Amino acid sequence: MSAILSARELRKHYPGVKAVDGVSLDVEQGQCLGLLGPNGAGKSTTVEMLEGLVRPSSGEVLFRGKPIDAGYRERIGIQFQYTALQDFLTVRENLRFFASLYRNTLPLPQLIEACSLEEYLDRDHRKLSGGQRQRMLLAIALVNDPDIVFLDEPTTGLDPQARRNFWELVQAIKARGKTVVLTTHYMEEAYLLCDDIAIMDHGHVIARGSPRQLLAENFSDSVLELPIAEVDGRDLGELSLVRRSDRVEIMSADVNDTVRRLLSAGLSLAQLKIRPRTLEDLFLQLTGTELRA
Amino acid sequence: MKRLWAMVQARLLEVVRDRSALAWNLLFAPLLVVGMAVVFSGTPPPLFKVGVLGDAPATPLTHPFFATEGTRFHREASLEPAMVKLQRQRIDLLLDPSSQPLRYWINTDSQKGRLLQSLLRNSDADAKAQPVSGASIRYSDWLVPGLLGLNIMFSSLFAIGHVIVRYRKSGYLKRLNGTPLRAVEFISAQMIACLLLIVGIAAGMYAATDLFLHLRMEGSYLNLLLVAVLGSMSMIAMSLLVSARISSEELSGGLLNLLSWPMVVLSGVFFSLDGAPAVVQAAAQAFPLTHMLEAARAVMLDGAGLADIARSLAALAAMTAVFLAIGAGFFRWSQD
Repeated sequence: MSAILSARELRKHYPGVKAVDGVSLDVEQGQCLGLLGPNGAGKSTTVEMLEGLVRPSSGEVLFRGKPIDAGYRERIGIQFQYTALQDFLTVRENLRFFASLYRNTLPLPQLIEACSLEEYLDRDHRKLSGGQRQRMLLAIALVNDPDIVFLDEPTTGLDPQARRNFWELVQAIKARGKTVVLTTHYMEEAYLLCDDIAIMDHGHVIARGSPRQLLAENFSDSVLELPIAEVDGRDLGELSLVRRSDRVEIMSADVNDTVRRLLSAGLSLAQLKIRPRTLEDLFLQLTGTELRA
Repeated sequence: MKRLWAMVQARLLEVVRDRSALAWNLLFAPLLVVGMAVVFSGTPPPLFKVGVLGDAPATPLTHPFFATEGTRFHREASLEPAMVKLQRQRIDLLLDPSSQPLRYWINTDSQKGRLLQSLLRNSDADAKAQPVSGASIRYSDWLVPGLLGLNIMFSSLFAIGHVIVRYRKSGYLKRLNGTPLRAVEFISAQMIACLLLIVGIAAGMYAATDLFLHLRMEGSYLNLLLVAVLGSMSMIAMSLLVSARISSEELSGGLLNLLSWPMVVLSGVFFSLDGAPAVVQAAAQAFPLTHMLEAARAVMLDGAGLADIARSLAALAAMTAVFLAIGAGFFRWSQD
């Protein structure tokens, strides 16, 4: 399968800061690439270079094997995390306005139905709820029937229902063969939507692969969780423990053996939870747990 | 009180830390002081302007009227152009000191002219009034184009400059940059929208004023429209140039003030620059408002045709092209 979008040794240096320092990526047609990383890792700059909005200090971005040019903007759709639109325009007027900026567009009724915008088409866009606004912005990003859709933290600030609704929309986009580049801080979102994940830190890609592949490569154990009160003051021998605020996590390569040891230490396992390793575990393992700016 | 003070502190910190706006404020204060010092230092501006024909020295020895206080006497080379100035109330009285008895011309519609006439007759009972050829022009006929021009200038500079800075600050320009829209298309669209609004409003104001004052209109309305369109375009382009890169509304407001106030004072909105120092007259030529008002008054008061106002139109077109070219080149979609 050939890459629809490629980054070759992308660098973006600002005075005193190497925001992106040699990122190379290939995104396959119809795949969803997730870019993860702590704040300041270089995700946004990388995405803006992939979108053609920021000129790299060095390196290049290729669309279908050719350097991106003015026509590239006809083939991509972008949903920014923070976007202001022109005041006093309704949802319908915004869709029509953005549609008029492109040569080829999706029929508006199809777009409106796909993003469930029917109920508030004639409402001033400033009076939409968070979820409605994100669906409208997604519709704007899809207005030109793009080959690649860039979604920059699209569900930040949404309630769980709105987030799940948005995920369904993204899955529908993928089902139509579109390529998606997603940045997110929600690991569950990345796990659910992304076929391929790149974890960035300090301007570099530090891990790359499908969610399952990344977890398989980095972890062979499971996590057993117990309330802190249950564990405090007990001698658990050589078990590998991580204390969280309300619980203790025990990393275990052999769950049967670990459970036997906990029982023999006299612990009650009534509140024991056993879970597989997650992307969040991987993210914290790779990028550390200290707070980032 | 604690909350009030906390809010005051927060706002002051915002102002102090917005470096571009602070620099502007620090720069503007001394500029204003220097400007006021230049304008108001030395002798106060004259109350009356009197044109003097011929080469006779304008001293009290020649004629006692030349001792009149608060009056500037300046040389007029020939009668005909001096008469036009009198008709337009750009001068208040015209004298020919070589004549015996003394001949003078006044615009009877001018209060200042009539006042000067009584002063002149007090000092020289034999002085003889001469007829002014052609219709005299009311001050309102001369002032209204200036006021309409002023309105166009403020609308052009502030309406578009602030909007673009706000669009940039809010991220709307960045969103548009993600589409195939080119900078030149965006700028042209803003210009056209602004132009339609501003010229439409100016035309409405002209019509309403005409209802009450029956404005003098010697030339063609189409030519006047062309002057208004080119004048507005040049000032919109100037505003686009100012707002091409910046993201601070305070800074853009300051820069637009810096551009607008010299135009208010030096472009001949309220009074004619006749008799002003050559440096001031030359500086006024750098402002689009000067050319727009010269051309509009020429069309309205003198019935000037396209050929007569070609120089002003060319200046406005050239300024538009230069401001637009630099503005489009400097244009930035997103803030730093």
